[in-house]
Amino acid sequence: MNRRENLKLLFTGALASGFLLTNCSPEEKQLTYSPQLSGGTKGGRTEEEKLIDQKLLSETFLTEEEKKKLEVLVDIIIPADEKSPAATEVGVVDFIEFMMKDYPGYQTPMRGGLMWLDHYGEDHFGKVFLELDDSQKLEIIEAIAWPERAEPENEGGVKFFNMLRNLTATGYFTTEPGFKYLGYVGNTPNIWDGVPDHIMKTHGFELPEVYKDVYLKPEERGELAQWDDEGNIIRKG
Amino acid sequence: MSFEIKSTAESYDVIIVGSGAGGGMASKILSEAGLSVAVIEAGGDFDPAKDEDRTQMRFPWESPRRGSGTRIRPFGDFDAAIGGWDIEGEPYTRARGTSFDWFRSRMVGGRTNHWGRISLRFGPDDFKRASIDGLGHDWPIGYDDLKPYYDKVDKLIGVFGSKEGWHNEPDGFFLPPPKPRLHELYMMKGAKKVNIPVIPSRLSVLTKPINNDRGVCFFCAQCNRACQAYADFSSGTCLLHPAMKKGKVDLFTNSMVRKVTTDDTGKATGVSFISKVDMKEYKLRSRVVVLGASACESARIMLNSKSKSHPDGIGNSSGMVGRYLHDSTGADRMGILPELMERERYNEDGVGGMHVYTPWWLDNKKLDFARGYHIEYWGGMGMPSYGVGFSMDTMRKYLKDEFGNPSPNGGYGEGLKKDIKRIQGSTLGMSGRGESIPQYSNYCEIDPNVVDKYGIPVLRFNYQWTDHEIKQAKHMHDTFEEILTNAGAILLGNKPGPESKYGLATPGRIIHEVGTTRMGNDPATSVLNSNCQAHDCDNLFVVDAGPFVSQADKNPTWTILALSWRTSDYIVSELKKKNI
Repeated sequence: MNRRENLKLLFTGALASGFLLTNCSPEEKQLTYSPQLSGGTKGGRTEEEKLIDQKLLSETFLTEEEKKKLEVLVDIIIPADEKSPAATEVGVVDFIEFMMKDYPGYQTPMRGGLMWLDHYGEDHFGKVFLELDDSQKLEIIEAIAWPERAEPENEGGVKFFNMLRNLTATGYFTTEPGFKYLGYVGNTPNIWDGVPDHIMKTHGFELPEVYKDVYLKPEERGELAQWDDEGNIIRKG
Repeated sequence: MSFEIKSTAESYDVIIVGSGAGGGMASKILSEAGLSVAVIEAGGDFDPAKDEDRTQMRFPWESPRRGSGTRIRPFGDFDAAIGGWDIEGEPYTRARGTSFDWFRSRMVGGRTNHWGRISLRFGPDDFKRASIDGLGHDWPIGYDDLKPYYDKVDKLIGVFGSKEGWHNEPDGFFLPPPKPRLHELYMMKGAKKVNIPVIPSRLSVLTKPINNDRGVCFFCAQCNRACQAYADFSSGTCLLHPAMKKGKVDLFTNSMVRKVTTDDTGKATGVSFISKVDMKEYKLRSRVVVLGASACESARIMLNSKSKSHPDGIGNSSGMVGRYLHDSTGADRMGILPELMERERYNEDGVGGMHVYTPWWLDNKKLDFARGYHIEYWGGMGMPSYGVGFSMDTMRKYLKDEFGNPSPNGGYGEGLKKDIKRIQGSTLGMSGRGESIPQYSNYCEIDPNVVDKYGIPVLRFNYQWTDHEIKQAKHMHDTFEEILTNAGAILLGNKPGPESKYGLATPGRIIHEVGTTRMGNDPATSVLNSNCQAHDCDNLFVVDAGPFVSQADKNPTWTILALSWRTSDYIVSELKKKNI
């Protein structure tokens, strides 16, 4: 079903018949692994917005070496598991590159933080970050990944890693595989008829008695609203 | 970006400046009465049903910034408000030591495209506050004057809600409200324990059809992105565009009004505006001018409309234009609810906004501040967007590890990934939105030193909260903690203290600014009469929130609509009588 047909149904109230819509056709339903960055945000853009997005997309902030470091780091933060991909597989580094330009306030903390990793590597292992072996890399991460356990002298590294954790997580969970992992099932036409019964029971809730007959009933969504003179909505059945 | 150059000889019965709630309603009522109408809008045309304008139902990965805010769309990349707090080339200033933030939307429908759809009538007391507590002033009209118009607005536009029979929260012609979501049930439980009422919310969202032109809500929770099915209220989809289809309405987009033009007798003759397309100035003539540009923008136009007969600006012989500017108060608090961690997933989007709310429930005679507030509730398993997964450096400790101990904050790896999933949908919060006391000393004026890129002098704001608003914010926070903790939530963040005015939002931030062209019976202390007609120019009217004498603990839109309808009826009748 295409969007136009969806809309037609919405207008004619066909949803009221209990016919549930899906948002996309099956061939569109393949997961978007690497979100499309080219062309900027879709929908309702002003000329000014189009120009801003094009400009940001044409610029490069991260160096190749910085990108390589980030590829290692984001996959440590969000690795793959049996059912879901790792951060690099869903374009998290490209997303970070874009955010550096969209929120320039990120630029110096990011650049400086990535440099700090090299300094730490030099001081402790005599090598820059990318030349360390995996266990040495993880030793650095362990030193900055746990804010409450970290040594005071690593405070700057902790702050950097907090920022990177935020950006990596958000870049990951705002992709289609990220949505799938979280189990988010909304953003699709549907009929809200309250919290499912078994969940109401689990949480020990019942709807307030006074409103039971006031709430919307799915089957009446197709009927044109009419009221009596006192403002009571006229309901069948 | 279409701009039709109209010959200056062409004349309309009415020119309406602005296409938001007030201007949209006026365009409908006046054109249906057979009048020829020109609507002048500073932004471009907008129709969410057109796919090129659609941001609804988009996923975060359709935005390179994953839906985060921008200067042009501070509430998110898909938000249907084009403009923001800081518009390129359109500055405003603030007097030293005062603060005010001004949110503007440059588009057909104005801010009604993204607003919260909270559609509350003012109650009988809200028009007579000075008689009740001695502060501020009474309106020259009362609830009975507006009730027939509120009734008509309910039926024309549609609002869901429940009949409650509260004296100062008048019932209307309601559509059935949606059932509460899970976090809202917890809020209801917490509030009940401390005797705070929570009732179904009142939003202008169609849960049932009211005509054949608009669809019904399909529960995507994205009213702020404007609805392609027209199932919520926005001025363009419900008022202006339908009026253009039916009647003699010409829409001028991308046109910044500079001033109202007048003749030697001081009567308005039309408007002068700058086209954003060619940066040239155009003049249009009309028998009547209606300002609906927003409280502050309309005041700006009036103050900039100086002539021999109106040396201080049109409508400003009292010096009151811009005075008594006031916004709603605001404060917010958030918590995390262990019972909502590791929730079973289902589609919980619902309508765009809260399903339940708390109207003002206390008696100010027993409190140390003058006016009330309502509470809006939020939370749930909404669509993840930019910001999802943030703050695990402070929030992860609320999750129990496999041994039942608090997890350490921060971290990385598969455990972190799982915990972000576990915590999803477990935070919830509330916002208080209250009434402030209008002050003569809170105002906007023309800044003599600054013009915008169209050469139009800009506004300078002077605004300070008083003790009443600050004490109200303190009360809000006490209440928030009571409700959240009784709902079983752990409070997040710290309770703000006196050093931050108890978290009271900066003036302007709630985007309910009103009062700049207030109505009254005395031409010495008010700008407009009780029909929203300028005391000193009888063919000039204001239909936005400028005429409000006081803002109430409600949202202003439903009252803007009712007042604009009433004012439009008056214009039609005065034109018929040849009084204007």
